[in-house]
Amino acid sequence: MSTLNLDVYMPIVILIALALLVAGGSLFLGSLIRPQHPNKLKETAYECGEEPVGSAWANFNVRFYVVALIFIIFDVESALMFPVAAVFKKFNEIGLGGTLLMSILTFVSVLVAGIVYCWKKGDLDWVKSFNQTNQPTIAKKD
Amino acid sequence: MNSTVVSYFSQSNEFQNVTNWLTQILGFNASSLVAFIIFAVFSLIIVGAMATIGGLGTYAERKISADLQARIGPNRVGPFGILQFLADGVKMILKEDIVTTNADRFTFNLAPVLCLVGVFATLAVVPYSSGFMLADLNVGIFYLVGMASLVGVGVFLGGYASNSKWSMLGGMRGASQIISYEIPATLSIIAIVLLAGGLSMKTLIDGQGGAPQDWYIFHNPFAFMGFFVYFISALAETNRAPFDLPEAESELVSGYHTEYTGMKFGLFALAEYIEVFVVCGVAVALFLGGYKVPFDLGSGQILVEKLGLDGMLAQNIGQFLELGSFFTKTLLLYYVVIWVRWTLPRLRVDQLMTLCWKYLTPIALVNLIGCAVWMYAFNGKSIFALIFHAAGSAGGH
Repeated sequence: MSTLNLDVYMPIVILIALALLVAGGSLFLGSLIRPQHPNKLKETAYECGEEPVGSAWANFNVRFYVVALIFIIFDVESALMFPVAAVFKKFNEIGLGGTLLMSILTFVSVLVAGIVYCWKKGDLDWVKSFNQTNQPTIAKKD
Repeated sequence: MNSTVVSYFSQSNEFQNVTNWLTQILGFNASSLVAFIIFAVFSLIIVGAMATIGGLGTYAERKISADLQARIGPNRVGPFGILQFLADGVKMILKEDIVTTNADRFTFNLAPVLCLVGVFATLAVVPYSSGFMLADLNVGIFYLVGMASLVGVGVFLGGYASNSKWSMLGGMRGASQIISYEIPATLSIIAIVLLAGGLSMKTLIDGQGGAPQDWYIFHNPFAFMGFFVYFISALAETNRAPFDLPEAESELVSGYHTEYTGMKFGLFALAEYIEVFVVCGVAVALFLGGYKVPFDLGSGQILVEKLGLDGMLAQNIGQFLELGSFFTKTLLLYYVVIWVRWTLPRLRVDQLMTLCWKYLTPIALVNLIGCAVWMYAFNGKSIFALIFHAAGSAGGH
């Protein structure tokens, strides 16, 4: 069955082509029968019935960026963990499990240190807590 | 390679005959051509089945939510309203297609297609049964994780390209949520890869047995926790309630697909419902024994020995039993997903991030280390095997 070896990726190509076909086909079919009466109001962005103010492509909050940064570290880490995890069982069977376990532990402990650091810095908090001492105290009125 | 549909069929004589016949007629080795035809037919079957499951998913969602809220739900179109999804589909095709003037037209059209491509591509490695699996890639689960994240790109592009504030907020939330929850989900998957010792779906399932005590979820306490971490993260990755913040209708109108009409919205919805099926299927394959049937009925060996059936026929019966096993477990999980949606209230966005980074990720890391240490300490034996072993040696004294 050596000739079939390259064919193992064929269904993926077929499925992607089918996805494009389903999407394109249903949109094309719709374009033949659906109504097409565009007008200016219909084609404005929805803002609860008001005239849209400005563009939506404005600055956004920096905390999304921080989340993305932390994500990249962990994603690269998990991508690197996959091969080690895949061979762990075989190494364990031939008696080299301890070596691999130590390397996994070292690798993960660096990451744990990273996440603890982020946690301490407050980067994992969505709403940054303010320094309590600098908070203006509001006098209670009776 | 042995578990793709083609190699399953190549066991039969007819396959060899047809291949030889075509080779003679066409004058070149036709095995690739035959493989292509079989793949195409089975891809069509799977896509058809998945579109139906996606459609029935919307119906099931409405019917189950009605059941949970003591309503009747859709009951007009067809018996018990079961054809409601076809009516919805026709309606979506007939709806006017509106693209707002400020939108980025190309990416606006690209986003739903990207979602659909990402989900369809993952269908290739979902293990329906030992013979009925389109591609048994040696990097199976890794490929699935990678392809599934295309959906996140589609969600963000959809929100961004619409140039509407609601869409933008939904898209930003969607992107940050999907990438965040990918971490605990992937770490839980790695823990199971550690136990199985391979990345292909077949290896992952072959390490398990048909009966629950042989499933990876009951392999050790860490894997048990890992299942719930994976399931919660999968809910968040597919934007299902209680994590449906990207499309939170009570605060963001409709989130990232606010500006989408008609079939483009339909493609998003279809992709979402199929993705729910895929992540349930992965949870079943990794933790709940996959397609395995108790007493090794799936291979058909017992049927040949006890009932004296023909080998190929027994194998085919075994395949159907395996399909039944996989789909039963997956659809039960699907029910749980819908059940959760109509039971739990939506999280706030800061609670969402707290849950992911301060609870699930540390727990998943502990599970990962726990599984590795368990494998090393107990030489890969499951907790039940250890208990039986201990009980056996205690009885021997």
